[in-house]
Amino acid sequence: MSLKRTPLYPMHLKYNGKIIDFGGWELPVQYEGMGIIKEHCMVREKAGLFDVSHMGEVFVTGEKAEEYLQNLVCNDVNTVQDGQVLYSPMCYPSGGVVDDLLVYRYNKQKYLVVVNASNVDKDFAWMNEHLIAGVAVENVSDNYAQLALQGPQAQAILQKVSDTDLGSIKFFWFNPEVKIAGVDSIVSRTGYTGEDGFEIYIGPAQAIQVWEAILQAGGDLVSPIGLGARDSLRFEAKLPLYGQEIDQDITPLEAGLGFFVKLNADDFIGKSALVKQKEAGLARKLVEFSMIGKGIPRSHYEVRKDGVPIGHVTTGLHSPTFKKPIGLALINIENTEPGTEIDIIIRDKPIQAVVGQGIFYRKKTKSK
Amino acid sequence: MKKIVNELNLKKDNGGIIVNIPEKLFYTSEHEWIKVEGEQGRIGITDYAQHHLGDIVFAELPELDETFAMSESLGVVESVKAVSSIFCPVGGTVIEVNEALESAPELINEDPYENWIAIIKITDSSELDKLMSAEAYAAYCQTLED
Repeated sequence: MSLKRTPLYPMHLKYNGKIIDFGGWELPVQYEGMGIIKEHCMVREKAGLFDVSHMGEVFVTGEKAEEYLQNLVCNDVNTVQDGQVLYSPMCYPSGGVVDDLLVYRYNKQKYLVVVNASNVDKDFAWMNEHLIAGVAVENVSDNYAQLALQGPQAQAILQKVSDTDLGSIKFFWFNPEVKIAGVDSIVSRTGYTGEDGFEIYIGPAQAIQVWEAILQAGGDLVSPIGLGARDSLRFEAKLPLYGQEIDQDITPLEAGLGFFVKLNADDFIGKSALVKQKEAGLARKLVEFSMIGKGIPRSHYEVRKDGVPIGHVTTGLHSPTFKKPIGLALINIENTEPGTEIDIIIRDKPIQAVVGQGIFYRKKTKSK
Repeated sequence: MKKIVNELNLKKDNGGIIVNIPEKLFYTSEHEWIKVEGEQGRIGITDYAQHHLGDIVFAELPELDETFAMSESLGVVESVKAVSSIFCPVGGTVIEVNEALESAPELINEDPYENWIAIIKITDSSELDKLMSAEAYAAYCQTLED
């Protein structure tokens, strides 16, 4: 199967991106002359521009659209207002996660659902499987390129190429009628870095024009950022990655996403399993940890306590911001108290670590 | 694809990545180098390797007096995204390790030839015949990029 390219592929070549196969997409892991650490710090300190066109977009429309989505996802769609964005897990009846997604509400009869690139086909099939009369779902992933401009300078830079007052778009709200560099765009104040910033949806044919306009407007305050820093940024901000912190065998409650699961709201797929799990008490959950011994924890490394396996690392890496290795692990509930010493098995050797709390990056997103 | 430009042979960069491949060292297909100094060999990873690994954030060094066979793993370097073993280019016993790398592994990115990993006493110098010259290694790296 040949690899897919986003409309911004020529830009990745132009800016010397190091292209990798990312779930079937040819995308840059980093850019020459920068590298993951520099790119990471650029986003924390100034701003970075990401090509996230591989993400999937699905329109959900019809008179029963709200009711349909309420049943499909764990969060409370009924509370979302026109122009607001909702983050939610979407679960199987088992409580395991199909995907995590963003729901953009245009109105009660029109929603844009944004899903993970690797899950587009699976999600769309799932959404079709649960379709009800009075609702239409349309996979429009190929109709949109998506950029993310993230970092403390994001608004100042984007404002230079837009006449819309971007300050009027609050955190987790969007405006579907913004012009960026003269191009019709959907702009939301959302992101996957723990910084303030925007996600911008545009037609594929205009993607390069918008990309170049933003880089030009930002000058030294902005750089293209690859997937490597996208992962380290989201991880430091403790934002989950499908396939690591959440998947079909990990429930949102175990992953610490209970805030996004409204067990008191209307029924939804997976609710009874999640209610049962909550009532019985979690058998395992996601914890933060830092290393005592020397070594870098990585995804899927085993975790032990006194020689007994208790779980695994979901994500771990050398944090560019804290300049030390930190990790997230899904472990037995008995060992999740902060201060508990655990061992991470690195190349067959137990390396000491300690369960922590609040050791990750404090998000700079604007809550108001 | 990208063209490997050996800095010593070709100063001009025509859209390729510039990789420093010094003469007089021997190279492995796993991108280690060894510099022979009498009965000893100084070992490190190549510029091509550090370039492809990206920012190196951790180095696990061998212990003194440990003996390794040719191609046996003697240590590990980790970048933000990748874990990579360092293989012993020829068999030998470790007589010195570059401890500076434990606190500053990024030195490898800065100069992978100055910032060696370990010095070994070579067990059997005939194993050096199985390694690549600078010229052969440059050609080999080019094949990986094609």
